[in-house]
Amino acid sequence: MPAATETTYREALQKSMFEEMDKNADIFLMGEDIGRYEGTFKVTKGFFPKYGTRRVVDTPITEAGFMGIATGAAMAGLRPIVEFMTMSFSILALDQIINHTAKIHYMSNGIVKCPIVIRGPGGAAKQLSAQHSHSLDGWYAHVPGLKVVAPATVQDVYGMLKTAIADDNPVVFYEHPRLYAMKGTLPDHEYSIPFGKAQILKEGKDISLVGYSLMSQINLAAAELLAKDGIDAEVVDIRSLLPLDTETIYRSVRKTHRAVVVYEDWKSGSFGSEIHSRISEDCFDDLDGPVGRVGGLNVPMPYSRVLELEAVTNEHHVVAAVRKLL
Amino acid sequence: MAKQAVKNSTESPAVLEQYYRDMVFLRHFEEKCNLAYRQGKVGGYMHTYIGMEALAVGWLESIKKGYDYVITAYRDHAHALLLGTDPVAVMAELMGRKDGTAGGKGGSMHLFDPERGFYGGWGIVGGHIPLGAGLAFASKYREEDRITLNFMGDGASNQGVVFETLNMAGLWDLPCIFIVENNEFAMGTRLEYHAADPELWKRGIPFDIKSERIDGMDVIQMKNDAQRIVDWVRENQKPYWVEVMTYRYAGHGAADQDRQLYRTKEEEASAWKRDPIKRLEAILLERKILTPETVEAIDAEIIEQVDKIYDAADASPHPDPSEVYDNIYTDMDVEKGH
Ligand SMILES: Cc1ncc(C[n+]2csc(CCOP(=O)(O)OP(=O)(O)O)c2C)c(N)n1
Ligand SMILES: [Mg+2]
Repeated sequence: MPAATETTYREALQKSMFEEMDKNADIFLMGEDIGRYEGTFKVTKGFFPKYGTRRVVDTPITEAGFMGIATGAAMAGLRPIVEFMTMSFSILALDQIINHTAKIHYMSNGIVKCPIVIRGPGGAAKQLSAQHSHSLDGWYAHVPGLKVVAPATVQDVYGMLKTAIADDNPVVFYEHPRLYAMKGTLPDHEYSIPFGKAQILKEGKDISLVGYSLMSQINLAAAELLAKDGIDAEVVDIRSLLPLDTETIYRSVRKTHRAVVVYEDWKSGSFGSEIHSRISEDCFDDLDGPVGRVGGLNVPMPYSRVLELEAVTNEHHVVAAVRKLL
Repeated sequence: MAKQAVKNSTESPAVLEQYYRDMVFLRHFEEKCNLAYRQGKVGGYMHTYIGMEALAVGWLESIKKGYDYVITAYRDHAHALLLGTDPVAVMAELMGRKDGTAGGKGGSMHLFDPERGFYGGWGIVGGHIPLGAGLAFASKYREEDRITLNFMGDGASNQGVVFETLNMAGLWDLPCIFIVENNEFAMGTRLEYHAADPELWKRGIPFDIKSERIDGMDVIQMKNDAQRIVDWVRENQKPYWVEVMTYRYAGHGAADQDRQLYRTKEEEASAWKRDPIKRLEAILLERKILTPETVEAIDAEIIEQVDKIYDAADASPHPDPSEVYDNIYTDMDVEKGH
């Protein structure tokens, strides 16, 4: 058996970044409170003492500005990893990311590259209310020129961050605040996981539950509940939104003949809707019924825990959606 | 320095005692909030005003409450309470209850009370600064003599949108006072690590805005300076940029357990020597406006008052789950369901 270590999602991110930063001095970190304060979610703990102010750059609270500076540095050949304290704050830098970072390579017809990783926690943590709980993964996955990934497991977050750092294109690396403390086993050898490859987290024959990030864990929990009722659900974790591995999704749907797409984002107009429409279009003949969809309520995130629990997608919503279809 | 302020002060003993009571009330209220957070009755992000009380008291005692406009960031309990927002509603909002200022939808960071001129309560650092200038735009548009107090942190003063707003405020003569609550830290980042020139008071100058730095730890001085500036802005209908020097004794928010990462215990201890409450207390004792006995009695009275606020808030029910859909629009519903 290969050696493996139990570790958290957070530690897996750290390990991945340490290994890459040790190998390549062009890689540096930039963001708010990431150095001396070790990061709000402690993802960059240990980096400042090791690499110092040159490679771990604490910024003022100026998202648009430092996103642009990191992009400029990437144009000049450095490889920045930009942390947004939460992805909700990346909204302030959208002009840089969408109008600048994402378009440089195309507008220059390939002569200017922009190797940059934009990472941070996105989605609802707990009671952070309306301005701090956005799921923006779908916004980014809408933009040609960006790659967007959202790992759901300890193994993936490690291996996909490696790929993100090695990529010569801008990558939006979506973490989830509710996954940071999740434990898993990490092989002791170095590896990377290519983008554009979905995976089956649990095999099943009755219905495909399709999701990414935290929702893949929610789908696993839903599959357990469904198993008690004798329903054998397959959990498809897409991992990478852009590029999207439709083949793995379709293969699962062709096997189970039914699918529910699960996401945390607002239900209307989300990336989940995109996956839903792809399955509906391309697997029409294989489906035994309409494709289901479970998303977050179409409301700004409320503060009250009672209301927040109403708004955020959970495994019971998934189970209810499956029951409706079967 | 404190004595100096007393000599210059024209406040009556009753007014000085009221400042004292206001500050002690804010202190105990915030400590109760911290307790409620530790008990799990309050969640999410919650930021207290402990150490900064003199600043808010000085400014809010200088305006026409309910007429002038006030806006701030997420460290907002003091502003709402001093404007007269029902403290039970504030505490209930922190607890996410039905009788909270926003029925539990906003929480600690998003208090609103427009009837008293309070327009929030904002969580995106720097994001509300143009909104504050917009309030001033509206009062100017209507040819009223309202002024707007637009509070922000030292960290917030770096956001690009702040400079954009200052330019327009200067260009259009908006009657808005931009107040930087310089408590020396932006979360875990010390002023000198986030500002190229830590003399933040200078930032209004390029926009032809009157600018100055004042002390926010001496409530009497704070009030005198604030009143002078408020009167000037009302009279001249032009903006003002003020850096007020203060300190937050608490962590950044209730979730910040890592103060040692950005400051030492010694630094905190020496900052406590500037405690604005103790400072006024010394003056009141010296002037025999209060005695050690009345100081104790006031403290006990306010603690009891805050206990009652807490109990009343805690008696408020949680919102009904169906309320999740209420008030997204004025006139329509969203599509329901997951
Ligand atoms: C746009 C944005 N970026 C980052 C944050 C996270 N954050 C919340 S408060 C804060 C520090 C703000 O410091 P300052 O403006 O000095 O206000 P203080 O907390 O000291 O009152 C940060 C970085 C945020 N809420 N919004
Ligand atoms: Mg500050």
